[in-house]
Amino acid sequence: MTSILFFEQLLNGIQFGTMLFLMSAGLTLIFGVMGLINLAHGSFYMIGAFSAALIASLTGSFWLALLASLSGAAIAGVLIEIIIIRRLYRRDHLDQVLATFALILLLSEGVRWCFGAFPLYLDIPENLNGTLPILDDIIYSKYRLFIIFMGLLIATGLYILITKTRLGVRIRAGQNDRQMISALGVDISKLYTIVFALGASLAGLAGAMIGAIQSVEVGMGEPILILAFVVIVIGGIGSIKGALIGSILVGVTDTIGRIFLPELLKIFMEPASATSVGSSIGSMLIYILMALILIIKPSGLFGKT
Amino acid sequence: MIVEKIFNKWILVFLFLIPVLGFIFEEPYYITLTTKVVILGIAGIGLNLALGYCGLISFGHAAFFGLGGYVTGILSFHALNSELIFSWPFVTSGSSEMLVIWPIVILSSAFLALIIGLLSLRTTGVYFIMITLAFAQMLYFFAISWPNYGGEDGLSIYMRNSLPMINTMDPLTFYFICLCWLLIVIFISAKLINSSFGMAFQAIKQNEERVKSVGIETFKVKLLVFVISGTITGLAGSLYTDLNRFISPSVLNWQMSGEIMVFVILGGIARLYGPLVGAAFFIVLEQTLGGYTENWQFWLGLILILEILYVRTGILSLFEKKLKYEK
Repeated sequence: MTSILFFEQLLNGIQFGTMLFLMSAGLTLIFGVMGLINLAHGSFYMIGAFSAALIASLTGSFWLALLASLSGAAIAGVLIEIIIIRRLYRRDHLDQVLATFALILLLSEGVRWCFGAFPLYLDIPENLNGTLPILDDIIYSKYRLFIIFMGLLIATGLYILITKTRLGVRIRAGQNDRQMISALGVDISKLYTIVFALGASLAGLAGAMIGAIQSVEVGMGEPILILAFVVIVIGGIGSIKGALIGSILVGVTDTIGRIFLPELLKIFMEPASATSVGSSIGSMLIYILMALILIIKPSGLFGKT
Repeated sequence: MIVEKIFNKWILVFLFLIPVLGFIFEEPYYITLTTKVVILGIAGIGLNLALGYCGLISFGHAAFFGLGGYVTGILSFHALNSELIFSWPFVTSGSSEMLVIWPIVILSSAFLALIIGLLSLRTTGVYFIMITLAFAQMLYFFAISWPNYGGEDGLSIYMRNSLPMINTMDPLTFYFICLCWLLIVIFISAKLINSSFGMAFQAIKQNEERVKSVGIETFKVKLLVFVISGTITGLAGSLYTDLNRFISPSVLNWQMSGEIMVFVILGGIARLYGPLVGAAFFIVLEQTLGGYTENWQFWLGLILILEILYVRTGILSLFEKKLKYEK
């Protein structure tokens, strides 16, 4: 029984981790290439989910909705990059933190203005409903498996994009030396816009896919934004490999910790207090993990020192 | 600079006048609002020491604000139901005396700031911003999931904590208690900034390597600034609980850290009265815009972005520029 539960929770953790990866990959790219701390990244997650919910209610198609989440967030990303973010690259971290904090207020209220304060719902398509038996007696939600699959697909896609294409060469060059590649004649501001839009669209896709499990509402992006920050700090800011490993680590630790820590503590303590202490520490676990990793390696697992 | 000083005097005059007027015209609401400005101003002045003068961008000062608030709430909660807080290693009961609560708040905030500072100051730059954020979030989630003190719903204290021979339930009296704290905190900050220690931590903001090379142990200096900064913000949290007679995990949330930062930046970074002006501006904006539209935060966001993109140095700098122009 416990091994089934454990396996199920492990899959939940991995599913959560792959979504975190979609968020943190963009965040870490944006920081690596442009040196920008983007607190408003969670807003693109929200914009993606709302675009998807809007298109789903108009057309009824989940697949069009996913497409809409990608393009909606990308369009918003391009606009915001050109109007505001572009002016922040040369500023210090403090200005970036505050400006993007202000951007969160602006975008959240803007979306609330357009869509109202009530949560919207996004339906899972018919053929992804229900469960799938994997292994002997373990059954698991088809949709969550689909999310894991999509996450892996995008991770592979990003890997190919970064290592095999011309755009990827430019992105890597931008991470190493910004001045040099603009001196070599690469249109750096266009590259920045593309990277920003790429990050925004990945966040938007994550928002739409999670929005179908939970609900689509204003403020949905902020909790996951903070987790994505934890991920990139653990993985090392600027490293996509770090983001992938950090995401899975955070996703699994968080899911498993919340379920099993209270059980574990019951061995030593009376059940009532074990449950409350366990769930308190369980929800703090990833932050403790992050603090520990930073104390041992102050620039994250794969960060440049 | 002179115009700014005159303006600062006017701020103090206003801080005396507005609540007194509120009292005369029987509008206690304005007294409460001004109290809120003063308390949030204290929190901002605390952060300004670390962020403005020493360049330590802490995105986790909500941790101290919330800790101060929760220590106050818990002590007074236990005083009311006369249960012991813990009986080991020493017997501790609650208290509803501000004179007991304040030292405990100051000690516990200083201790928390020491721990967080010791761990976080090993990192710099973005990592420092993120790790301070992570510590605050840690406390936030702890407060949400710890059921003894209300969890997510928060904790109400039914009577404001008391001072001997003073009726703290009277809004105007409580306001002047907060104002006294504000003056004390401003006085301490001014003394610190102009001391040799103050010179050291302001120099660190400009160039840490050089400060090291003249033989100052910068880690200790930064740690001490961080502890003082956290302690002041913690004290503000204690007053805030007493003002609302309620504490909930939302004061530990990262948005609180963001707001305290906004007070500092709006008023003008590394200016003694900056956070107070910033907090006042924020509250006035919340009240006036909130009266016209539900979506006031949209306009707040817009104003903030314009401030950061174009003004850059805060409200108080506008008064400085005027003087240069007149010359």
